[in-house]
Amino acid sequence: MAAIKKNKQAVNASSNEIAVGGHGQAKEIIGRFMRNKAAVFGLVIVAFLLFAAMFPQLLTKYDPIAQDLRARFLPPSSEHLFGTDEYGRDIFARVIYGCRTSMEIGIVTVVISCVIGVIIGAVAGFYSGVTDNLLMRFIDILMAIPNTLLGISIVAALGSTIPNLIIALSIGSIAGYARVTRVSVLSAKGSEYVEAAYSTGASDARIIFKYILPNCLAPIIVQATMSIATTIMSATGLSFLGLGVPPPTPEWGSMASSARAYIRDYWWLVTFPGLAIMTAAFSFNLFGDGLRDALDPKLKT
Amino acid sequence: MSTLVEVQNLKKYFKTPRGLLHAVDDINFKIERGQTLGVVGESGCGKSTLGRTVIHLHERTDGKIFFDGRDVSDLTKHELKEFRSHVQMIFQDPFSSLNPRMSVSQLIAEPLLIYKTTKNSAELGKEVGRLMDTVGLARRFANSYPHELDGGRRQRIGIARALALNPEFIVCDEPVSALDVSIQAQILNLMQDLQDEFDLTYMFITHNMSVVKHISDNIMIMYLGNMVEFSSAEEIFKNRLHPYTKALLAAVPIPEIIEGRKRQLLTGEITSPIDPKPGCRFAARCPYATDICYQENPQLEEAIEGHFVACHNVKEINQL
Repeated sequence: MAAIKKNKQAVNASSNEIAVGGHGQAKEIIGRFMRNKAAVFGLVIVAFLLFAAMFPQLLTKYDPIAQDLRARFLPPSSEHLFGTDEYGRDIFARVIYGCRTSMEIGIVTVVISCVIGVIIGAVAGFYSGVTDNLLMRFIDILMAIPNTLLGISIVAALGSTIPNLIIALSIGSIAGYARVTRVSVLSAKGSEYVEAAYSTGASDARIIFKYILPNCLAPIIVQATMSIATTIMSATGLSFLGLGVPPPTPEWGSMASSARAYIRDYWWLVTFPGLAIMTAAFSFNLFGDGLRDALDPKLKT
Repeated sequence: MSTLVEVQNLKKYFKTPRGLLHAVDDINFKIERGQTLGVVGESGCGKSTLGRTVIHLHERTDGKIFFDGRDVSDLTKHELKEFRSHVQMIFQDPFSSLNPRMSVSQLIAEPLLIYKTTKNSAELGKEVGRLMDTVGLARRFANSYPHELDGGRRQRIGIARALALNPEFIVCDEPVSALDVSIQAQILNLMQDLQDEFDLTYMFITHNMSVVKHISDNIMIMYLGNMVEFSSAEEIFKNRLHPYTKALLAAVPIPEIIEGRKRQLLTGEITSPIDPKPGCRFAARCPYATDICYQENPQLEEAIEGHFVACHNVKEINQL
């Protein structure tokens, strides 16, 4: 009875007033994303990688660093899906546990560089003039140094540990965020809807948070997803060079690196970590691409 | 009748790498409460800049602006916010002037939220509903986004936003030029109805002579930052005195064949508005230009009662 009464009130209310709000763009965005098959495929793999990173013990019974010298160089079989390496460690287990290392590095790096880069880019774009010039010239300097070189020198100077690797990679990718954010802040700032907001008397803070940032979010999110892929690649690259994650921590790059010596006789040692790197980069790129298309409210379907 | 908006010697110059761009140069006008001033000119003549400068969207370079008898030329941040609740703007492109991330109801609620005119969300919803009814926007669109609506409906959102704070003066910057012809008439009629209902004063900026005739009480013709002619709408369509106005009106397409109607084509380049030389800015394209036109700025003079023209040769051209 009470429910019916409440319902009736709601109906009455809706006849002369309007609930101010949107019907949720999230639903539309998800709908657009789901129609993109490649993106969904990317998302499924990304989800699997994240799952593997969080619960590796559910996917394999082997310890990734336990050595078994009687079981060296075993080819892929039902016992060892991807075979074993030169110390008799299960490669499947190492690839799965390697996910955790890669995801950790990828995500932490993206969060750090995204926060710093977006702040620099937003300040430069919104205040323009001298501030813009100073900040962007600083970014230009960062961009002038090749990322790998920067990574090598930082890791060489500070020592090869995961936190140092993350610092090195973060510094390298700040520039991308700063530039993307600055450009979209500039274009949103010059748009007529921001002028319209000024003409209604909106404050600077309101304009930044309700008008400019929501309209800059899409390219930043896309840049972030895409750069997870590049970060994973750079991290594995540095590890391959022996500058990343120290052994025996399972890491795809260092696995591929130490397996190099056996490539002629035991192909599975280098192939599976390599495939893992490729799959991770590929799926994050597909996912990022789909996200970019789905987040654009003007792209009608 | 009282004067609502008055502008004296208003100037707006923009600094460009090549010099000072004289977008609005020494403009004077008055708009009476409840009336419409049509501002006409070709693209780039400074008409939009003029409108934006009057309502402080651009800061003026020089001159005075009066609103309801008060000098509003210089305003503090606080005064500016107060001023903005009395003057509003309707923009040309109803798509780019609406935040694509906000729904219709959020867009219309924005001004109300900024000025905190409603106490709670129920009251806010009521007011948004009332505004949507006022501009003829069906309530079922409340949760839609601008990109889901057609141009006419989007412009109705723009009008609802402009009306939300019960302003007295609205600058309409080409409000119908981005719309289909069939929808143009609807929007113009809506704007006229609203003017009668709420005693609004409009400054109507356009390049479309037929539209301006329909809606204006007075018309001002601009050419490169200068006012070249000013009079009542009726008078200007009967007697056009400035050679530029003649050319402008001769270019209006009319869906009839009128015998003996002479098209007057303008030749020559538009003079650059950057650091303009003294002399009439229209001289280079004017078929009647004489030596004096290249030497002295023409002043706005009353050629016929209530009809002002800035042209050295107005008497000779029109046999007055």
